[in-house]
Amino acid sequence: MSISKDARQIVESAVQGVMAKAIALAPDGWIPGGEPDPLIRSRHGHVGKPVSRLDGPLKVSGTAPFAAEFPMQGMVYAALVFGTVPKGRIAAIDTEQAESSPGVLSVMTYRNAPRIAPPPVFMSGPKAAGGDNLPVMQDDAIHWNGEPVAVVLAETQEQADHASSLVHVRYQSEPAQTHFAKAKAAGTRTATFMGQPLHNEIGDAEAALVRAPVSVDVRYSTPRHNHNAIELHAVTAAWTGDELRIHDASQLVAHEAWSIAQMFGIPEDKVVVTSPFVGGGFGGKCLWQHQVLAAMAAKASGRPVRLVLSREGVYRVVGGRSLTEQRVALGADREGLLKALIHTGVTAKTASNAMPEPFIMATRSAYASETISLDVQAVELDMLANTFMRAPGESVGTFALECAMDELASALDIDPIELRVRNEPKNEPISGLPFSSRNIVEAWRTGAAKFGWDKRSSVPCSTRDGEWLVGMGCAAGTYPYYRMPGGAARITLTHDGQAIIDIAAHEMGMGTSTAQTQVAADRLGLSMDAVVFRYGDSTLPGVVLAGGSQQTAAIGAAVSAAHHSLVKALLKIVGNDSPLAGLKPDEVASGDAGLCKLGDPALHETYVSILARAGQTSVTVTAEAPAPLETQHWSMHSHAAMFCEVRVNSVTGEPRVSRFLGSFDCGRILNPKTAASQFRGGIIMGLGLALMEETQFDERTGRVMNPSLSEYHVPVHMDVPEIDVIWTDIADPHTPMGARGIGEIGITGTGAAVANAIYNATGKRIRDLPITLDKLL
Amino acid sequence: MTPFTYSRAADTAEAVRRGTIPQARYLGGGTNLVDLMREEIERPDTLVDVTGLSHEIEELPGGGLRIGAGVRNTAVAEHRSVRSRYPALSRAIVSGASAQIRNMATVGGNLLQRTRCAYFYDEAGQCNKRSPGKGCDALEGFNRNHAILGASPACVAVHPSDMCVALVALDASVHLRGSAGVRHIPLTELHRLPGDQPHVETVLDPGELITAIELPPQPFAARSTYRKVRDRSSYAFALVSVAAALQIEDGHIRDVRIALGGVAHRPWRASRAEEVLRGGPVGAIAFAAAADAELADARPLSDNGFKIELARRTIIAVLGNLAGETA
Repeated sequence: MSISKDARQIVESAVQGVMAKAIALAPDGWIPGGEPDPLIRSRHGHVGKPVSRLDGPLKVSGTAPFAAEFPMQGMVYAALVFGTVPKGRIAAIDTEQAESSPGVLSVMTYRNAPRIAPPPVFMSGPKAAGGDNLPVMQDDAIHWNGEPVAVVLAETQEQADHASSLVHVRYQSEPAQTHFAKAKAAGTRTATFMGQPLHNEIGDAEAALVRAPVSVDVRYSTPRHNHNAIELHAVTAAWTGDELRIHDASQLVAHEAWSIAQMFGIPEDKVVVTSPFVGGGFGGKCLWQHQVLAAMAAKASGRPVRLVLSREGVYRVVGGRSLTEQRVALGADREGLLKALIHTGVTAKTASNAMPEPFIMATRSAYASETISLDVQAVELDMLANTFMRAPGESVGTFALECAMDELASALDIDPIELRVRNEPKNEPISGLPFSSRNIVEAWRTGAAKFGWDKRSSVPCSTRDGEWLVGMGCAAGTYPYYRMPGGAARITLTHDGQAIIDIAAHEMGMGTSTAQTQVAADRLGLSMDAVVFRYGDSTLPGVVLAGGSQQTAAIGAAVSAAHHSLVKALLKIVGNDSPLAGLKPDEVASGDAGLCKLGDPALHETYVSILARAGQTSVTVTAEAPAPLETQHWSMHSHAAMFCEVRVNSVTGEPRVSRFLGSFDCGRILNPKTAASQFRGGIIMGLGLALMEETQFDERTGRVMNPSLSEYHVPVHMDVPEIDVIWTDIADPHTPMGARGIGEIGITGTGAAVANAIYNATGKRIRDLPITLDKLL
Repeated sequence: MTPFTYSRAADTAEAVRRGTIPQARYLGGGTNLVDLMREEIERPDTLVDVTGLSHEIEELPGGGLRIGAGVRNTAVAEHRSVRSRYPALSRAIVSGASAQIRNMATVGGNLLQRTRCAYFYDEAGQCNKRSPGKGCDALEGFNRNHAILGASPACVAVHPSDMCVALVALDASVHLRGSAGVRHIPLTELHRLPGDQPHVETVLDPGELITAIELPPQPFAARSTYRKVRDRSSYAFALVSVAAALQIEDGHIRDVRIALGGVAHRPWRASRAEEVLRGGPVGAIAFAAAADAELADARPLSDNGFKIELARRTIIAVLGNLAGETA
């Protein structure tokens, strides 16, 4: 080998190395005929690596500041007094004793509270964040049992807590509707969700059901659930002149800042909401009364106020998941092909928000059927507004649908996986749209093999281990891909080659800041050390909800748009001496800490060099994400195949989950380590949904009677077996990074997989959640 | 929490002197009392800390044990003699609460735990324990965890302790000291049924202090056990629990002890079941007859009817296991 040939090989391999790492600009949008995100093809960057959480050391050393930990000069502590009737008026409220209690600064009630507007209820505007639209401590009206009626401010939390017990309230009760059955008897209305009626019809499903040779027609019920994030809702609020600063535990900082500004009638930029760390969100860390009351109390008292809800307080002030009663009727031919699919039912909501539990959502894209009938009816009760809770709709809707599929499989004597595979739809049945990427069959096959599904006996009650009956069950899970409008991001490139990404996004423990640092590093051709991802501050660009499992896509699209702007800005300043001189944005790619010519990576200049040549210390660009048109062109969903093994004690009925496997098809997985944790967390929450979670809502009084973690059961360690999670890792060509959301899908399908396993173990179909031991005796 | 004064008693006599004043409470581990104070259900103005007193586990001549009231639950559960001679007691203790709570909780405090009825805990609910004469919201409300035995129209709450169920089965007695002197009573006589005065939960006189628990020698208790049935694997109160010991000789039941938890206002000694079994044959039929005899007077509420069948099955299973073990 000659020296020259050797040298050429070295150069070539170096160039190939650059080519492998160089990332072209992502498309302007994800629409038909467009190109997929070039990051999908990149298999040697940071994306896809199991990077440990960057904020892990801060958290384990206790130095990550949460909302209740921001120090403030002259701060006072708040305690709430909760009402005790479901509806009526405050006839008398005596605060004298509380006011004279040691350390107490003031007691705020409707009589002396600052006058503000009601909250803009969520979905009533692009940045509306309110859990309901009810006035906050503005008059003597009581709207639900547990509504705050007074805020006590004191020098210490203990003084405030004690004084709150000295506020004496007398109520004039009014008739309240707190009975679900009575409300149903008085009439239901078709529910609407995100502006659309929750109703779909294809053909005459009832007639097809009657004609079908094999059918099941069954009813399921799911109870109310409450949010129980480990971090209690907490807020520290302070006014400086006419500017309000709120340190919060929030999953929508920009929405919250705008909404609170509307309430106080001040410009949006006068409210700053920060939320650097959140100890669990799940849909519960949005805008409820506590943030507003803290801001009102801070304004009235002239002191910064810290308000931490007690665990009971979370149940009284923060909405949860509403109850459902569902009917699923399936008609099939003898081969198992669906002729009729009916999924209907009733849920309860309030008049003060627009959140019926939309339990038919998953059914819309689940199975091919000749006829389909979907419908959600709602009644309105006098209760705390219910809200989003991990996979609203899908979590409880898949319980009913996927249990019914199991019942149909039994009736047909077909393997339940095979039944589902036979009914795979080509396009989404309701919208007719093609799927952007759907590999549920692969997820079923790989999951079944890994779980050992072939060892399951199809005959219930046939496996016994001493007192314990053992069974296996499966169910499909699914959650939609969303990307909401409003995403925007800022990139600041500094002369030392660092990129600072600014976006008003959220880190609630999912690993967002870590995964997005990986993405931005690959997008810009930088090492992770050179990327700073800043978030959790309403003054940053973007209106990004950490909800609907959409934050990853929303951030990804916004940063990608900002990358476009950055490349344009850099090409403007490269000058004639640069190897990049004269190139257009679509002719370059990011790689090796700079830009290069597409297809000719030797033409490369580092960011440091570009800025130095131009004599600039930094370049800053801000851009908005393109409109989420992809969801108009494709039916976009994540998928999962869930497998469960249970043991049910034949003496006591105690059900215990002994094995679980989730096989996921959620597009490209950006960080296997944090993703696995999210999948497992969702499944654990699903085990709670299946076996124990239930809010005890006393229908006589509309009061929640188990507002504590000792009486509201969630799984403890001993209830959670080893959970295996695997995924297809097949990139979705129509999403940023090829990724779809992973935060909520784990809870979907899980409840049905547990219930179906219990049937396989015991021969008993339990259709009412939670599946407690008394139902198995 | 209402402000209060706190002091540590140097000895039992001083504790009783201070604890006899109205609105005083003895403080053990505080794992229940402090919670109740935070909820404003208990509003003592004086706390007398008695954890420094009586923290010994003594071997008694003849083979019994005397456990000081201030001994932590964990220490009892881990004690060599308890584990070997009264295993039901160890098992009952470790099935309750969490390790952290057991490390704090004292034996005396465990005996005086108050019910977990939701309406007892909620200021908005009516509860004859909290406000005598106001009524009981649990009667027609959430009562899945409530009593099937010994309840009254005034109260259907249950005693939440696991440890007490084992102690009652093991014939434990309690040593008391009050301003009138000392006395020694069977544990079965400590807790009252609710009757029309559910707020009076024990026979203790005002200011009377539990100083120790005594376990009599009982050779066949070495084959005793405790089984707790609950909604999740840990950190949940018993729906039904059974403590039992069985002595079999020549194929017959020579002696037996059974107590039930989660079914009544007090730890429930199943004397009727014992009578049916004593001197009789071993086997599922006898065990079922015993369970039926004990549960003959059981009365379900709206949500807890399953407890009757659950208790029956659990009694039979526990006795069956003990019989299998001793056979």
